Amino acid sequence: MQSIHVRTKINGQAAEFLCEPRQSLLEVLRDVLRLTGTKEGCNDGNCGACTVEMDGRIVPACLVLGAEAEGADILTIEGIAEGSALHELQNAFLEGAALQCGVCTPGFIVASKALLDSNPDPSEEEIRFWLANNLCRCTGYDKIVRSVQAAAERMQQEATP
Amino acid sequence: MHWIDYYRPSTLEACLEAFAEHGASARALAGGTDLLVQMRAGRLANNVVVDVKAVPELNEIRYEPGIGLTLGAAVPCYRIYGDPTVQREYPALIDSVSMIGGTQIQGRASVGGNLCNASPSADAVPPLIALGATCRVASVAGEREIPAEDFCTAPGTNALGEREVLVSLNLPAPSPDSGACYLRFIPRNEMDIAVAGAGVSVRLANGCFDSGRVALAAVAATPLLVPAAGAALSGQPVGRSAIAAAAAAAKAAARPISDMRGTAEYRSNLCEVLTRRALEKAVERAGGTLG
Repeated sequence: MQSIHVRTKINGQAAEFLCEPRQSLLEVLRDVLRLTGTKEGCNDGNCGACTVEMDGRIVPACLVLGAEAEGADILTIEGIAEGSALHELQNAFLEGAALQCGVCTPGFIVASKALLDSNPDPSEEEIRFWLANNLCRCTGYDKIVRSVQAAAERMQQEATP
Repeated sequence: MHWIDYYRPSTLEACLEAFAEHGASARALAGGTDLLVQMRAGRLANNVVVDVKAVPELNEIRYEPGIGLTLGAAVPCYRIYGDPTVQREYPALIDSVSMIGGTQIQGRASVGGNLCNASPSADAVPPLIALGATCRVASVAGEREIPAEDFCTAPGTNALGEREVLVSLNLPAPSPDSGACYLRFIPRNEMDIAVAGAGVSVRLANGCFDSGRVALAAVAATPLLVPAAGAALSGQPVGRSAIAAAAAAAKAAARPISDMRGTAEYRSNLCEVLTRRALEKAVERAGGTLG
């Protein structure tokens, strides 16, 4: 079989690419489209570093074939900030020192945004269970959880007139 | 990963034709959480991937009162636990699909895939067995039904023929005086594989167990139905003594191995504890009291 021509939407914009049927969405994002914000960690669905949103659900991009992106709506870490204005989660992660090496951070930000989109005021337990599929070997998670809480609080304040 | 061809049929007929043409060299792709990992590890020799997520019959959740639930084999976990009817009628299924992997895995992984992967520790399978699910299997030659307890035949091996596809799981409608539950033991809070698991269902009538089914995870080469545990419940007054007898039967039926997750002795003991606790929860869900 030849390469597959895929038409999709990435970070709000129409996109198309050619990929081999065996290429994962992660490989397509990084190697074909040069969207290298999405990281490869374990490449088998355990670590969450490659988390992207696909049709409104977070998924590990390493466990999606690029060909499956046909007709889908995909959000990556590159689509989280609006221009030069960082998302509140990104601000909170910076202020709360919720990262050291940073490899897990794009996955945590994309996953946390999906949580706050559906649950603007999550409990600490809800945050920890939601993010259980994201591994961080630097922070010990507490700073990440606190930063998600801080972002949630600020976003709620902004939403309240 | 080795070279593959990718197909995405949009009808069941086209899907079955793809499997008729490619046979053993084809694998169905639902969530990919087992398939793509195993292909990358070089454990599968397939060179065709048939993405079944555009086939309507494999992607529906349909409940008909008095008849039951048709759960498409490719429906991912998050759609199952997000479905109000499934939440109301099949809480034991919700127990299992909300503990498989984490949020991202639940966005992809399906109950049908969990069953086809045929891991002894598959969390979705004991509740299917306890709830009396049947598997609708199809090929170009026709269709057949396989009871859930007969679907897994060995670790990683299932009852599907080379050209067959698992289309859906069919679960009978629960009667009002019934309840079910799935519990597993892992040494952490989430994102782990069962050391042991117990899926149970009970039906109550006039203060007695009318019937019961108990199925175990991770204590045999396949998910294990324990008829003796059900027999220990039938006709007995609803209470701790019948539950203790059923739990003892579950422990006796377990044939676990010792590995990095636990010793055989530990797993056998877990079967007793998990079966007891799951039965207590199932009785509560059935509206019964333990006295």
